[in-house]
Amino acid sequence: MDSYDIPESTPSASSRPEDYFVGATPLQKRLESIRKQTSFIPTPPRRKIPQCSQLQEDADPQNVAFLLHKQWTLYSLTPLYKFSYSHLKEYSRLLNAFIVAEKQKGLAVEVGEDFNIKVIFSTLLGMKGTQRDPEAFLVQGLILSPRLKCSGTILTYCNLCLLGSSDPSTLAFQVAGTTGACHHTGILSKSQLPSENREGKVLWTGWFCCIFGDSLLETVSEDFTCLPLFLANGAESNTAIIGTWFQKTFDCYFSPLAINAFNLSWMAAMWTACKVDHYVATTEFLWSVPCSPQSLDISYAIHPEDAKALWDSIHKTPGEVTQEEVDLFMDCLYSHFHRHFKIHLSATRLVRVSTSVASAHTDGKIKILCHKYLIGVLAYLTELAVFQIE
Amino acid sequence: MSPQKRVKNVKAQNRTSQDSNSFQTTLSAWKVKQGPSNSKNISKHGQNNPVGDYEHADDQAEDALQMAVGYFEKGPIKTSQNKDKTLEKHLKTVENVAWKNGLASEEIDILLNIALSGKFGNAVNTRILKCMIPATVISQDSVVKAVSWLCVDKCSGSTKVLFYRWLVAMFDFIDRKEQINLLYGFFFASLQDDALCPYVCHLLYLLTKKENVKPFRVRKLLDLQAKMGMQPHLQALLSLYKFFAPALISVSLPVRKKIYFKNSENLWKMALLAVKQRNRGPSPEPLKLMLGPANVRPLKRKWNSLSVIPVLNSSSYTKECGKKEMSLSDYLNRSGSFPLEQLKSFPQLLQNIHCLELPSQMGSVLNNSLLLHYINCVRDEPVLLRFYYWLSQTLQEECIWYKVNNYEHGKEFTNFLDTIIRAECFLQEGFYSCEAFLYKSLPLWDGLCCRSQFLQLVSWIPFSSFSEVKPLLFDHLAQLFFTSTIYFKCSVLQSLKELLQNWLLWLSMDIHMKPVTNSPLETTLGGSMNSVSKLIHYVGWLSTTAMRLESNSTFLLHFILDFYEKVCDIYINYDLPLVVLFPPGIFYSALLSLDTSILNQLCFIMHRASGNWKCGLLLDMTFDMGPWYRKNLTAAKKNELVQKTKSEFNFSSKTYQEFNHYLTSMVGCLWTSKPFGKGIYIDPEILEKTGVTEYKNSLNVIHHPSFLSYAVSFLLQESPEERTVNMSSIQGKKWSWYLDYLFSQGLQGLKLFIRSSVHHSSVPRAEGINYNNQY
Repeated sequence: MDSYDIPESTPSASSRPEDYFVGATPLQKRLESIRKQTSFIPTPPRRKIPQCSQLQEDADPQNVAFLLHKQWTLYSLTPLYKFSYSHLKEYSRLLNAFIVAEKQKGLAVEVGEDFNIKVIFSTLLGMKGTQRDPEAFLVQGLILSPRLKCSGTILTYCNLCLLGSSDPSTLAFQVAGTTGACHHTGILSKSQLPSENREGKVLWTGWFCCIFGDSLLETVSEDFTCLPLFLANGAESNTAIIGTWFQKTFDCYFSPLAINAFNLSWMAAMWTACKVDHYVATTEFLWSVPCSPQSLDISYAIHPEDAKALWDSIHKTPGEVTQEEVDLFMDCLYSHFHRHFKIHLSATRLVRVSTSVASAHTDGKIKILCHKYLIGVLAYLTELAVFQIE
Repeated sequence: MSPQKRVKNVKAQNRTSQDSNSFQTTLSAWKVKQGPSNSKNISKHGQNNPVGDYEHADDQAEDALQMAVGYFEKGPIKTSQNKDKTLEKHLKTVENVAWKNGLASEEIDILLNIALSGKFGNAVNTRILKCMIPATVISQDSVVKAVSWLCVDKCSGSTKVLFYRWLVAMFDFIDRKEQINLLYGFFFASLQDDALCPYVCHLLYLLTKKENVKPFRVRKLLDLQAKMGMQPHLQALLSLYKFFAPALISVSLPVRKKIYFKNSENLWKMALLAVKQRNRGPSPEPLKLMLGPANVRPLKRKWNSLSVIPVLNSSSYTKECGKKEMSLSDYLNRSGSFPLEQLKSFPQLLQNIHCLELPSQMGSVLNNSLLLHYINCVRDEPVLLRFYYWLSQTLQEECIWYKVNNYEHGKEFTNFLDTIIRAECFLQEGFYSCEAFLYKSLPLWDGLCCRSQFLQLVSWIPFSSFSEVKPLLFDHLAQLFFTSTIYFKCSVLQSLKELLQNWLLWLSMDIHMKPVTNSPLETTLGGSMNSVSKLIHYVGWLSTTAMRLESNSTFLLHFILDFYEKVCDIYINYDLPLVVLFPPGIFYSALLSLDTSILNQLCFIMHRASGNWKCGLLLDMTFDMGPWYRKNLTAAKKNELVQKTKSEFNFSSKTYQEFNHYLTSMVGCLWTSKPFGKGIYIDPEILEKTGVTEYKNSLNVIHHPSFLSYAVSFLLQESPEERTVNMSSIQGKKWSWYLDYLFSQGLQGLKLFIRSSVHHSSVPRAEGINYNNQY
């Protein structure tokens, strides 16, 4: 920190006092809302059960399918300053060069040059809760095979679903030398791509969205774009580089979004309450017992229809979930487990919940399975993210 | 230059250092008289030359220099036999003068021409170039001429290298740089030459302006990089290019690297220092950009930062992006904007405050005091919001107990908090983000970790309604307060005192700024004062309970009374209409304390508090000590603003009844020896039962347990041989001597209290003393 050389006339003396009496400054409004939030129960005691057809009509089914069945790491994101949807192409060029420059430390690259890494920005049309929500957008990092550079930026969507199953987190960007003195810093575990996969392989995907983020939208001006929820899929190091670029460019802040046990049980209840035509997965809970020398994990799988039956017996207010119902639901599960194994699960920590709708891990990992409830799941996650950044 | 010669030169420099001043005057006189074209006819004597031996010597040296310059200008005379000797002689002359006092810009102009025109041999050129040390400045024209010689390729490669090194070293002394900047293309082309490249890079690094950065140059540099690989000088230039045109180029510097350029200056180190000293006047700071590594850290811990606070960087990124759509006015605004990197002084900030280019990441202002000023007075919502978001997220993310218990980064977090607190102290203002952070993290705080920092944050909570803050903050703090050690209690009280002080400062300024307020928070001054008084009452409650818990610890009492010392000054020091007194639990503990300093402090507070009354706040008082003070009634009238607000503000009569009660008790105990009559009332029957016969005077300034030792030592001082001391002997004159003795022992509070409450007007004083004397 530099030395504070106080000038002869300190302006602070003359400038300070208005702003707490003007009172209506946005910061003060925000503080008010924080006070309200912190003074009461952190989350509202009742929520709607996700309804199935909430996707906007212009949503591209391919896009939606692409987002499902993938494990996403959650981040909360403060509003982006001076982000503009009309400059997505420009952003992708800049980010592209930034990634390449980061990967080959010390070697400069020209923006807009053809690399074998390609970054694509694209909007996810229709991924919003209300009309006021800003458009969600997707960022993809592709690695292109040397022979066929930068073709088919849109084409790649077609086989994205296929790619989704393989785990790209082991891959790192490969940097083919733009110059003779290039240094390869990436780990080239699968660098020799098979020839049939010429168009490019998705190494990293991340998307920004805001579903029913009204509470946040109200408090910021039009210079900001509120996309509080960020989901990434790919190596952490790549997320770091891309996140840093966003932080530098739009003065925003990424922080990992963990889901605590309280919110996990809400998820469990809400997702059990969803009507699903055919169940694709069992409802499963994972508890962790922090005991030495090794921690113990308790997995508890229930047939989804049994879980639904249990929920229906508890559920009273149609279309809504209340705090009491959530507690009751979990208590039923606990007592059932205790009857059989004499273990009080309430003394342990809920770590993971997976249902046919989605599964969530306390570390902030989520996988959405059911296309119908995508928006519902995202709305709850947005709420959590907004809570974290407020 | 050979080491021998250098020694000689240094010696010469030393020898003549004493007369350098006079030499400079002659030189400047010479400059006035001579045009640059006509350097041979030198009038030796300036008009106002004082006569002296030194002057004579200087004139001689100057003559020799002129002859030498003349000689070089003519060029080598082939016929002359002792050519080498003459050459050597003249060279020596030039070198001596140059290292001693520097050369005038005209001489540099001529000699530079000669050195680069290749009239003489390589060795001579080198020697001439090495001694091109300016007396003050180098004119830009000479540099331009010299560069033109480079084009005709008359000089050898090594001379060129030396020239560039010289140019880099002397860059700051060139008077203007516009014309040189016009030669940017020429310099840029010289990058091709492998030997020159490092020095040219350095020169370009110094010379580059935003308009010099062109796509074709970027491409050229990248080609060069491809040819030569990763060269530090190239990296530096490239990163400068990236700084100016992030839309064209991207580079990330390695973390460790510190030195990017070969040191061109070491040839002239001594001389440069000398020139700088000669130029000591107001020379503009040269713009030197900081070459920091980009702060992407996909490191073990977290990727958000290397250092928590981002590096200061202009926000050229976002602006650049919308280039096509940018309107003309935007463009004009941008070109007129003031780059942050040049912001070095407070006057600069004031001049450019309307067109400051803001940092790309607002968090970086935390490390820059000038920008903190800016943040402090700017009313631009996005700026504040960006800072707010950054700070609250960083605090949350870094906080070692809030999210995950990663205690190994405690040191880092402590440092971060320290930085924030320093900034808050600097601005005398708390940040809203910190308040929000406290709300979230205080319930989870263990009371140990970063304690002093955390409590300091508490003391910087911006002024707000106490009843709103209480459930979020103070209730949690109270839990910790009651369950922690006495030291924790003391530090909490300390920070609450600071909080009170900060609130009072803001409020007192606000009265003068804005008499009429309209805020949803605290609509009137009365409302604000209500909030302050609630805070004080809350602390009163805390301290009463703490006194019980800590069984009347003197140490704790000190901190409590410290707080009340601040409280009793509210009206007098801050012009705010509020008088609050301590709760009885504190008052009586202090009055009956065994510690003299506590009693002294109590007296001081009572004295200050009575000052409020004196200032005309309290009016209707009947008191057995006689008529109360009205003489300072006018004191409050001088401030009309306060007067106005005060009129709508009523002190409850309870407050001054309470004060009177306290005062009666104190005077009764300490002075009039009627302790249990009016103040503390105890039924005489009960007193009888205790069996203490002389209870009446047992609490006066002599017998009070905390004064007893003073009384004894006073008596012993009087008559050291005495075996038994008779307390009751302190009467009459001795009484006032005893008081003087007490005052001389540093009991200033007691002195002030007695002076103001007892000795005030002659009548009650006489009564009081008489009363005592006869007792």
